Amino acid sequence: MERILSFDQLKKQYEEVKHQTDLRLLTLNQAPSFIQLPEPYNRDLSVRHLMVCADTGCAASHSLGIADLLEKTIEKYGLQDKVKVIKTGCFGLCSQGPIIVVHPERVMYTQLKVEHIEEIVRNHLRDGHYVEHLLLGAREGNPTTNYDQVDFFRKQTRIATRNCGVINPASLEEYISQKGYLALGKCLTEWTPDDVVDIVKKSGLRGRGGAGFPTGMKWGFTAVEKEPQKYVCCNADEGDPGAFMDRSVLEGDPHSVLEAMAIAGYAIGADTGFIYIRAEYPSAIRRLLSSIEQAKEAGLLGNNIMGTGFNFNIELRLGAGAFVCGEETALIASVEGNRGEPRNKPPYPAAKGIYGKPTVINNVETLANICPIILNGSDWFRSIGTEKSPGTKVFALAGKVNNVGLIEVPMGTTLREIIYEIGGGIVNDKQLKAVQTGGPSGGCIPARYLDTPIDYESLQVIGTMMGSGGMIVLDETTCMVNIAKFYLEFTVDESCGKCTPCRFGNRYMLDIMNKITHGQGTREDLDKLSQLGETIKEASLCGLGQSSPNPVLSTIRYFRDEYLAHIDDKRCPAGVCTSLLQYEIVPELCIGCTICAKNCPVQCISGAVRQVHYIDQAACIKCGLCFSKCPKKAIIRK
Amino acid sequence: MACTGLQSKFQELDQYIDNLSISDKGSALIPVLHRAQTIFGYLPQDVQAHIAERLDVSTAKVYGVVSFYTFFTMEPRGRFNISVCLGTACFVGGAEAVLQEFEKELKIKSGETTSDFKFSITPVRCVGACSLAPIVMINDKVYPRVKASEVAHILAEYDEM
Repeated sequence: MERILSFDQLKKQYEEVKHQTDLRLLTLNQAPSFIQLPEPYNRDLSVRHLMVCADTGCAASHSLGIADLLEKTIEKYGLQDKVKVIKTGCFGLCSQGPIIVVHPERVMYTQLKVEHIEEIVRNHLRDGHYVEHLLLGAREGNPTTNYDQVDFFRKQTRIATRNCGVINPASLEEYISQKGYLALGKCLTEWTPDDVVDIVKKSGLRGRGGAGFPTGMKWGFTAVEKEPQKYVCCNADEGDPGAFMDRSVLEGDPHSVLEAMAIAGYAIGADTGFIYIRAEYPSAIRRLLSSIEQAKEAGLLGNNIMGTGFNFNIELRLGAGAFVCGEETALIASVEGNRGEPRNKPPYPAAKGIYGKPTVINNVETLANICPIILNGSDWFRSIGTEKSPGTKVFALAGKVNNVGLIEVPMGTTLREIIYEIGGGIVNDKQLKAVQTGGPSGGCIPARYLDTPIDYESLQVIGTMMGSGGMIVLDETTCMVNIAKFYLEFTVDESCGKCTPCRFGNRYMLDIMNKITHGQGTREDLDKLSQLGETIKEASLCGLGQSSPNPVLSTIRYFRDEYLAHIDDKRCPAGVCTSLLQYEIVPELCIGCTICAKNCPVQCISGAVRQVHYIDQAACIKCGLCFSKCPKKAIIRK
Repeated sequence: MACTGLQSKFQELDQYIDNLSISDKGSALIPVLHRAQTIFGYLPQDVQAHIAERLDVSTAKVYGVVSFYTFFTMEPRGRFNISVCLGTACFVGGAEAVLQEFEKELKIKSGETTSDFKFSITPVRCVGACSLAPIVMINDKVYPRVKASEVAHILAEYDEM
């Protein structure tokens, strides 16, 4: 692309390319004032765009091979001038991947395999007939030809993920066609840095990394510092297990984050930005590196951006597998090349951050909201979501829910809407038991709070937190004691060891949790857990320790009876904690076939041929092999 | 032969260090360690000492950083690294049983390497592909929705390699 030397030139460029991606747009969910929707139907079918999701999730189910094959097959049928294949970001419906969307018809084909490709090209692209059995919903007997009408998409509002699934993230031109870099141009040429800070303040945007601190205030604090050297840092250390929002935004719309970082740089007076990203996200790293190069070549990053004299350069720093580095001060230490240990605040990063200089640290999703706010104004943003938490939140919906994937909903949406409408309910129609939000720092919300509107405050009231957006749905087969133990094991592993409450306290809590899941817990242990948890929260140095007891505390609060079943009855109601399981043979059903005895690895099953068998409970190691091998289902698990 | 191989690896690392744009040498440590681990496969003492000298920091600092981050390893790893994701979605989907099955089949514990340096088992915290839970990666190859009963079958793919 030609180097852009002024904002006017960028605007001209936008006018030239803005129709390139038109035929993919019509998602009713997109904020109407942000993107002008073209006339929905009656469109010219002589040109088609085929969108293939190339996000890590779909790529893992070989979507890239499918994209290649599509191109070859399209050529074989001589359709290459009429059909363009575009590798795009996440559509959100990850459980249905690999996915192809055909525009302008807005038809979605799901769960594709290589053998389906020819059928789609021949029947749909050449002959104009939909391939019924591959349509979204076809496998559930409910095929749909317009995916916008499906609850999963209809209920969403996409701001941070607005371009994911719409543009080719590798193309700067396509980003510009969606008003890319216009927000930066507007800031640099029409607004003062104070204006920028002001609009972000007025929008009420709060940090999407979990704590919900107002972004505009953070920028304001850093802007007033007198130091000549300042930094912008994007926190892409998405360590919460079960969360992949930031990865999807970085892979699907990298320029939106880069542009927002430059805007932040202008607002606070910084000429350098860092992106601190997990090494576990190789494709996001590659995408970022090439996007930075693209933007530099086009004069949209680097020195003298759009001829305004404003300089902004972005460097990448890779994490190396330490969850604590998501904490601001630990992240700073890691960027500087040290052990990622947090330190006391104040001084806050706004005063003393990277290399001791004032630094603004924003999460990926927070930054992805910036450009729409600049272009549409703070009132538009405030019109979405709730009064105290304007805007939307992206969640990674996972666990025992039918539609596993990435969703973006207005703040204030209820869990019921998310799980049963967008999420399509629980797998195998099982009973919902709880929803875990906030990962190792959050808690479990029991089913009775399904109608709580989700925002920062309401989640805190019920003992959990927004967190970065991991949302794990748990059903009746999940043991709440075991899941709390799982998170605690995670924190014990990830505690950096600097302060004693976190280092020792969590380990001690884990010891108690182990006792309980092995049937050796007492009622006093429950009190000890609560006491210890409160102390760790009070006394720990950083956010990791201050929130690490939450999973245990919230499960004790809401699922005390499950803890008591483990303690008093030595029983795991969900049948998960192996030490508490007991296998027994029902004499009436046993035919004495000896299969169980032959398979038992510790020879604890006795009985002669055609005689009822018996399990020696003292010797049983509860491996469950007999249970799975019995042809008569005569063995029960209690 | 082995010696020149090693030498060229050090050369490759030096070249990377020489071309670094990061002015503060100390803050280049983590990127350099990443590169060194890609080149050598792991970070033995002599590599750490070399890096310390080149970046003008103490070996204690290098060791401190290497031992802090789980991504860095001081032990050689197997040719095939089996990453079993233990993120929440994978955990509730039964990843523990899958991990145990790999341990049983290969007769090593998680984090260890087989004596022939063919396989290593590494538990990982979420690779961000939760819709495919439980997920296992062997080097770059992804195995989605793995069941414990499929583990032996997966390992059989590597019999001839």
